[in-house]
Formats: sequence, structure tokens, C-alpha cells
Amino acid sequence: MSELRELYQEVILEHSKHPRNFREMATASRKVEGFNPLCGDHFTIYLDLKDGAINDISFQGAGCAISKASASMMTQTLKGKSASEAEAMFSKFHDLVTGHGRGEESLGKLAVFSGVSEFPLRVKCATLAWHALRAALEGKEEAVSTE
Amino acid sequence: MSTATKIPHAAAATATAFDVEKVRRDFPVLHQKVHGKPLVYLDNAATTQKPLSVIEAIEYYYRHDNSNIHRGVHALSERATADYEKVRAAAQRFLNARDAKEIIFVRGTTEAINLVAQSYGRKHVGPGDEVLITAMEHHSNIVPWQMLCDEKGARLRVAPINDRGELLLDEFEKLLGPKTRIAAVSHLSNALGTINPVREMTRMAHARNIPVLVDGAQAAPRLPVDVQALDCDFYAMSGHKMYGPTGIGVLYGKAELLEAMPPYQGGGDMIASVTFEKTVYNKLPYKFEAGTPNIADTIGFGAALAYLETLGLEAIERHEHDVLSYATRAIEAIPGVTIVGTASEKSGVLSFTMDGIHPHDIGTILDREGIAVRTGHHCAQPVMQRFGIPATARASFGLYNTREEVDALVAGIHKVIEVLG
Repeated sequence: MSELRELYQEVILEHSKHPRNFREMATASRKVEGFNPLCGDHFTIYLDLKDGAINDISFQGAGCAISKASASMMTQTLKGKSASEAEAMFSKFHDLVTGHGRGEESLGKLAVFSGVSEFPLRVKCATLAWHALRAALEGKEEAVSTE
Repeated sequence: MSTATKIPHAAAATATAFDVEKVRRDFPVLHQKVHGKPLVYLDNAATTQKPLSVIEAIEYYYRHDNSNIHRGVHALSERATADYEKVRAAAQRFLNARDAKEIIFVRGTTEAINLVAQSYGRKHVGPGDEVLITAMEHHSNIVPWQMLCDEKGARLRVAPINDRGELLLDEFEKLLGPKTRIAAVSHLSNALGTINPVREMTRMAHARNIPVLVDGAQAAPRLPVDVQALDCDFYAMSGHKMYGPTGIGVLYGKAELLEAMPPYQGGGDMIASVTFEKTVYNKLPYKFEAGTPNIADTIGFGAALAYLETLGLEAIERHEHDVLSYATRAIEAIPGVTIVGTASEKSGVLSFTMDGIHPHDIGTILDREGIAVRTGHHCAQPVMQRFGIPATARASFGLYNTREEVDALVAGIHKVIEVLG
């Protein structure tokens, strides 16, 4: 039970039920879909880039609590960050959820996802939105799949 | 073989005394703990566990008889060939086929359907023709036909289902038109549990001279199947869903249809003679079995068929019906839980969703309780689209599941609500 509580922390459940920045963005300069064909999770990430920085970021779609909360908290964290800062953040976040991280303080609130490392099958859920984000930052337009 | 000999007398005796605890002792894998809890295996529609007799048959073959078949004159090859062909006879008996040559060994249901689509389909389906399926098909009974239709400029038609997950039989009949070249239908839906009236559907199709393929992947381990009574033209099933090994399945086809079909794959064993100018194909069933087959797993499959025959499909059906009914009553009573697939004729499968909780999260929490269910679209994305949901959690029952395991599932669902609700 404690591992489950670690995974489904209150903050994560709260974000999954009330996701932030959960909207389409008509003015988005970049837009990429991310999906997991195995479980059907499907999100679209919208980006408004200005001078190499994330001026606005939002998402839409459907998925499990982990993937939705991760997308929601990602959008909160990255608003105002530069593309390279976002990329570095993903790298640290990936280390965290795969159990390679050392509890980076710079991850801030995202540290609540540390419990994912005990559930290897859920790593794809936690990183789905991030993979779509990376593709969007790289200027790709085709959908991103976890498989 | 007649229907009478297909059902052993013992089945009637064991029917009233289906001893599930005794049955469970035949399956070594069931007796383990997962995350500290007794394993409750409810993913039988994905694959079933194997009784000791199957595991031992495969091991025995490799220890004593391993050899290639249909060619060696030595003792091992003779034994391997005899054992392999005995399984064909057992499969014939299991399905009540007229002749053993109507039993083609394939890797599984998917390969069986691809064989029919590529061999029968490419020969008979042309531009403007139609292939009819239903809205509850598994991807394996959609995609091979889509590929065929794309290649030939033909059209895939889909018979609709209602909100309970039942086929609209009138609509199915209306879609059987002058351009329909084949109908391919599921006997038992893997995502919804619906049992289709395939005998009636076949009768409707045959009235218009349209052959019917039945996807029996989920039905074969759960219902007595008699292909002569159904009168279907093709029947496909997978050994691994029938308590046998992976990598072995059966395509049943009526001999006259199979005789007229071109081979599916070329190679050894499927030929009578080869020169660089001309190859004469082997007779049935070997024409469709190119290359060295999966001998060991076929022999393991034979042990699985023997196991099912000993218990009796009628007894298995009755037991699983009891467990499914018990589970349906218990789960529909939980607030916030919705059962997807409520056909009046159902077996084996209980798909459900929970308000505000994604199936993937249900699966993770149940797993921590030792309960194995499948979550996702179950390789039936059009079914999910029909019900307007991204996915479901699916408990699917096998002959070794018990009411106590259903109680564990219900407790697990309450745990899901406690953690995520």
C-alpha cells in the first residue's frame, strides 16, 4: 500500500482531477500529439514560443492519472522557461521516474513523481507529455508514440 | 466422428461435480504470490495458464522424441510424426470436423484469418466487392480484411451492434448483398463477452451463397464447438487461449473450399514435387503447412485438447457461467462502476469502467493486490469508439477461477476507490 501511496500522491491525484492549462490554444506556434498505442492514452501539447522561450503552454486529451497529472504539472513548471531549460528539466525528470535520479532539488514540485520508479510499466505514462513536448520544441509535427 | 462421440460420457458425470479446487492443482503457475498476495489470474482472454500435462508433454517430446516430421525414416521421426498427426485427429474431434485434412495447423487465430484472407480472399474478392465483418471484431479480424480490400479495391462493411454489445442481426442480414464475397465474424467478443448467433448468421449468409469465417479464439476454450452444426466454412482458434502453448492454432476449413484455394506460403512439406519449371502442391492439409511446423507446441496443444475433453466443455461452460454471473452481480452493485458489454448471451469476459478513474490506474492498483486484469482497448479500438470510451478494465475468466477470486476482485475495486476515489 505504501508504494501505491507513493505513486498516487495527493498532488498527483489533485492534478489528474483538475488539470491545469487543460485547453486548446488557438494561437499556438507549435502543436504535437503524443499517444501510447498500448493503453490508448492520447494528449496534444500546445506551445507558444517567443524568443526561444515558452510564453504559453497547454494540453488536451485523455489518459490515466499519472499521464494527466504529469502533463498538467509539466505545463505549470515550464511556463516562462527557455527551450534548453525545458530540455534539461525533461532529462532530470526522466532520471527521476526511471530511478536514476538523486532527488534533484531543481525539479521542484515534479519530485512527487519519484514513486513512478517503483512501477516500471508506468514510466511511459509519466513521460508521454514530455516526449510530445520535446518533439514540439524540436519543431516536429508528426505524432509521437511511446512504442 | 459424430457429436455423440465428441462428448465423453464422463462429461455428464463431472458436470455436476466440477471440482474447481482439484482443477486448480493442475496449474502450477496459479500457486504463487504477487506483491505478497495470492495470485488471482483474470486475464484469460489474453492467454490462459497451462496445466502440468501440457508442460510435461512438451518436455517429454524434447527429451525423448524430438525429430523432424513427415520425412525421416528413423524411429524418432516416426514417433514425432505419429504424435503430431494424433493432435490433428484430436482437433478434428474437438471441433467435430468431418475429416482430419480439414484441420490446418497455424500459429494462431491471427495467422488462420490471414491465411483465409490471402488465399481465399485474394482469389475471390475483386474491385467493388465487399467483405462483411461486425463492429465487435478483434483487430485480427479487421486488419487482414482491410489489407485485402485495399489491395483489391474492395469495400469493408461493418454490421453494427447495440448499446448492450449485441449484434443487430437484421442489419447484418441486410449487409449480406450481391457483392459480399465473405463474412468474417467473432463467435465470442474478446472485449465485450458477447456470444454471436453464428449458426443463424451462417444460415443467412449461405442463403446468399456467401461463405463464413468464424473467429473462435475466445469461444473455443469456453463453449462446445461443432463446426458441422454451425455449418461455418472456416473456424479459427488459438492453442494458447485453450490452456495450450503459444505459437500453435488451428484453421478449420471445409475440404472443398480448402482444395480449391491456392497455397498461402511456399516451402518444404507443402509440395508433392518440385522442378525449376513447375511445382506440384501437396494434398490437404499439408498444402497449407509450409516448412517445419511447431512440432513441440502442437504436441503440447494435443495435451490441452485432451485436458479440455476430460473436463468437458459443457461442464467448463457451466462453471464459467456461474463465475461470470456471480461477478456481474457483485461488480454492477459497486457505485460508480459501469459494465461495458451486457449482452443477454455472454461468456467469460467482464469489461468495466469506473467514474473518473482511468482503467490503467485500476490495473496498477489491482496488480498490487495480486489481481491480474487487462486494461486498455483489448485490440478492439473500434469497440471502444462505439462505446465512446478510451479503454476498459477487463476481467476474463477461465476454468480455474472461483467465486472467492471474484470476491478478491471486488475488494480490489474497493481499494481502487479508496486510493483514487
